[in-house]
Amino acid sequence: MTKIGLEIHCQLTNLQSKLFCPCKANYREFEINENICPVCMGLPGSLPRLNQEAVKKATMIAMALNCSTPKKIAFFRKNYFYPDLPKNFQITQLNIYGDTSIGGTGSVMVGDKEIRITRIQLEEDPGRLIYEGSSSKNQITLVDYNRAGTPLVEIVTEPDFDGPKQVREFLNILSDLLENLGVSDPSLEGAMRADANVSIEGGKKVEIKNIGSFHDLEKAVHFEITRQESLHSREIEIAQETRHWDDKRKITISSRSKEEALDYRYFLEGDIPWVTIESEIHDKLKSEMPESISSKKERYVSKYNIPSQVADVLSSDKFYSDLFEESHSESTAKEIANIITTDLMGLVDTREKREASKITPKHLKDLAETIQSNKISRNSAKNALYEIVKTGKDLSHIISELDLGNVSDESELIKIIREVISEEFQAVEQAKSNPQTVNFLVGKVMQKTKGKADPKLTLDLLKKEIGV
Amino acid sequence: MNLKISALEYVQQVQNGTISAEDFVSTTLDRIKSVDDKLHAFLSVNDDAVNQAKEIDKKIKSGDKVGACFGMPISIKDNMCIKNSTTTCASKMLENFVAPYDATVISKLKQQDAIFIGKANMDEFAMGLTTEFSAYGPSKNPWNTEYIPGGSSGGSAVSVSAFECIASLGSDTGGSVRNPASFCGNVGYKPTYGLISRFGLISYANSIEQIGPLTRTVKDTAFLLNLITGLDPNDNTTVDNHNEDYLGEIEAGIEGKKIGIIKEMIAEGTDPAVMSATKDAISKLESLGATCEEVSLDMVKYSVAAYYTITATEAGSNLARYDNLRYGYDFPVEGYEFNSYIEKARKKFGPEVTRRMILGGFVPSAGQAGKYFLKALKVKSKLTKEIDEAFKKFDLLIAPTVPILPFKIGEKIDDPVSLFLVDINTVTANLTGKPAISVPYAVSNGLPIGIQLLANSMNDKMLLQAAYALEQTVKLPEVPL
Repeated sequence: MTKIGLEIHCQLTNLQSKLFCPCKANYREFEINENICPVCMGLPGSLPRLNQEAVKKATMIAMALNCSTPKKIAFFRKNYFYPDLPKNFQITQLNIYGDTSIGGTGSVMVGDKEIRITRIQLEEDPGRLIYEGSSSKNQITLVDYNRAGTPLVEIVTEPDFDGPKQVREFLNILSDLLENLGVSDPSLEGAMRADANVSIEGGKKVEIKNIGSFHDLEKAVHFEITRQESLHSREIEIAQETRHWDDKRKITISSRSKEEALDYRYFLEGDIPWVTIESEIHDKLKSEMPESISSKKERYVSKYNIPSQVADVLSSDKFYSDLFEESHSESTAKEIANIITTDLMGLVDTREKREASKITPKHLKDLAETIQSNKISRNSAKNALYEIVKTGKDLSHIISELDLGNVSDESELIKIIREVISEEFQAVEQAKSNPQTVNFLVGKVMQKTKGKADPKLTLDLLKKEIGV
Repeated sequence: MNLKISALEYVQQVQNGTISAEDFVSTTLDRIKSVDDKLHAFLSVNDDAVNQAKEIDKKIKSGDKVGACFGMPISIKDNMCIKNSTTTCASKMLENFVAPYDATVISKLKQQDAIFIGKANMDEFAMGLTTEFSAYGPSKNPWNTEYIPGGSSGGSAVSVSAFECIASLGSDTGGSVRNPASFCGNVGYKPTYGLISRFGLISYANSIEQIGPLTRTVKDTAFLLNLITGLDPNDNTTVDNHNEDYLGEIEAGIEGKKIGIIKEMIAEGTDPAVMSATKDAISKLESLGATCEEVSLDMVKYSVAAYYTITATEAGSNLARYDNLRYGYDFPVEGYEFNSYIEKARKKFGPEVTRRMILGGFVPSAGQAGKYFLKALKVKSKLTKEIDEAFKKFDLLIAPTVPILPFKIGEKIDDPVSLFLVDINTVTANLTGKPAISVPYAVSNGLPIGIQLLANSMNDKMLLQAAYALEQTVKLPEVPL
């Protein structure tokens, strides 16, 4: 049986500062080596200063993944030399001397399958290496330390996955969960990275490192299983080794480095005293936890009678569910859910479009109410939504500007209906014998009014005119 | 101009106009010029000191608010960062390292108008107890320049004893303030762990070391502690001392105090002169109303081994950052692969630092940790339990600071193990986090002997009161320099 375990690194991108210094956690907006200070550069004499907010956020992640949360946590040094590591050790956590990591064992359901979490640890991200030069002879390595010290949460799972699809589903759940908690923006480049352990029946464990995105993780796992199965079928032994993911060629390559043989000489980081998470703080964090995605979904279905599939889509994306939460009322909930999932999602399907979008909860509320009071057709509402996202203008403005309001003046509508009846003799006859087909005529009226006719009124008047 | 005054006397004389900061500082610089060739207390001297003194005199004259130090010249061990000045740790590895920020103790003293007269010599990265391991040459004991001044804060002790400054800040990882204070005849203080911020102190063994003052008198130490102790947001290990005033009731005396004499610290191998000074000190304390009684701390016999195991482990990690990529000394990186570059670059470390880093790579390694590092941690926690138990019965503990007298330069440098044993009486305070002080108490064959007192954590104030009482019972001869 194929076994896959994951180590997922997730940056706490929504924090103000790095894990041990006041530099910005959001390093992406800086020029190279501008987001640094004596602490994250590991200058002689500097000391780490623990970001308490990071401890809280990481604890919330542990809670959301149903992990145990120890009362006292400790930090350790992982010692190894690497140019992206300013101190040549990384401050991290581990559980070899008792459960001192921020999260202990937990679990997540992926469909019917339980994926067990081994532990969650809070640690600092290293800097970023940039390789330049075409051949190995003239290759140079540049280091950008802007990222060094960014708060990182490592989530380690048991080898409970049986294939890439399950990995993908888990990552989707995890990514939605982190976003829902408001701790991280998984769509930011490099915010989510992972290592994977893959073994097939009868083979040894292979670790794949350096997978820079969730998308590639699924590919890497898939590639690795195929590679191992191919070896196995040719009766070639699968070596226990570390491989790197080459994201250009989309393959895994054996790393010839001695990394596996490294002895990290873990010991307690004396510069950071043990942190006690008092039960009051623990309870407070628990009470501050945002509603989970599954509970949201359940509420949408049971309270508003929103179809399960729509509720699923709506609840798992924080951007949409926030919009929904702030705009809906009991009577408009279903309408708004529909607007979001059928129309809005298509308009803002990328990160850039979302960020540029001008839509507010009030827009959605107005839109739903206007539809419900028959002042605008669903068709026109779609056009209005497009304008809202683009300009952010008031709905009433947009309706009058683009003349999107429903034709609900009876006399005007009857004029148009009579026109249609005179033009569509055959259809009228057909409608008389088969009232189901009257919708064809409604469509014709709609065409003439460019979709602005009040559909219900149109139908009523039509029936009356034809006499069915 | 009399340079042989205490910090408190200096403050008084500047305040009442008897002396000016400028005169005192420039005379001090002259003194350094005339004696430091011989003593080598300093690695660098502050060229701007006289100008800074002038500014302070101006402030005094114009009636502006002046900090408590009134331009007092203080030397700083060269492992503490002073913004825009070279901080070498007496190592070639940091030959060109100019600190871009002030250590917390430095910014606190700057606010109090202290003048940093120069950076004091030390054993490289504070590893050693003779100052012979400075990459820039040893300091000499002002009492007899053929002798070592102790270490690793040797330059600090020498500069205070030889009147090249009023006071100094050193750092104490296993006795590095108290040992040279004892050998050079000044007061040396190792506070409760966490009392003084280590931010800006270049780490050697961060879990046990503290910055500490070296001064002419116990009162001067209390005076400085009032200025540099307390919580620091930049050092998570600092403790809140609620702005304790260490000087205020320093003359409270020690009547009724119970003092334990640490049996393992006056054991075989203690120099007879040190032994008799200790006995004399005990009887003096008794005559002041204290009761003294022997106490055994069994773990002391393993303390030095535990100390070297723990410090080597931490040093191996703390000094790993010196790969010369971001700062250090002049050695271009172009053309090297990372591992071969750092291997070459790190050859600049001196022999003792190299030795301890090799040890530090070994004792906590997989397969060895159980035999060495974890065992050392066990000794540390057992020793702490023992001393905590002792402090249930006693207010204070007493022992000689160092069991032997200063020895000659070069005498023990090739015998690291016998050097290690010199630390036997001082490492306990570091391993257990307790405050300890060395008070100059006697002179034998022209070389000083210090007596050490220890107290329980956060009992620094009581410790200083006892040290003051003991200090009042002796008058040492002047340094024959």
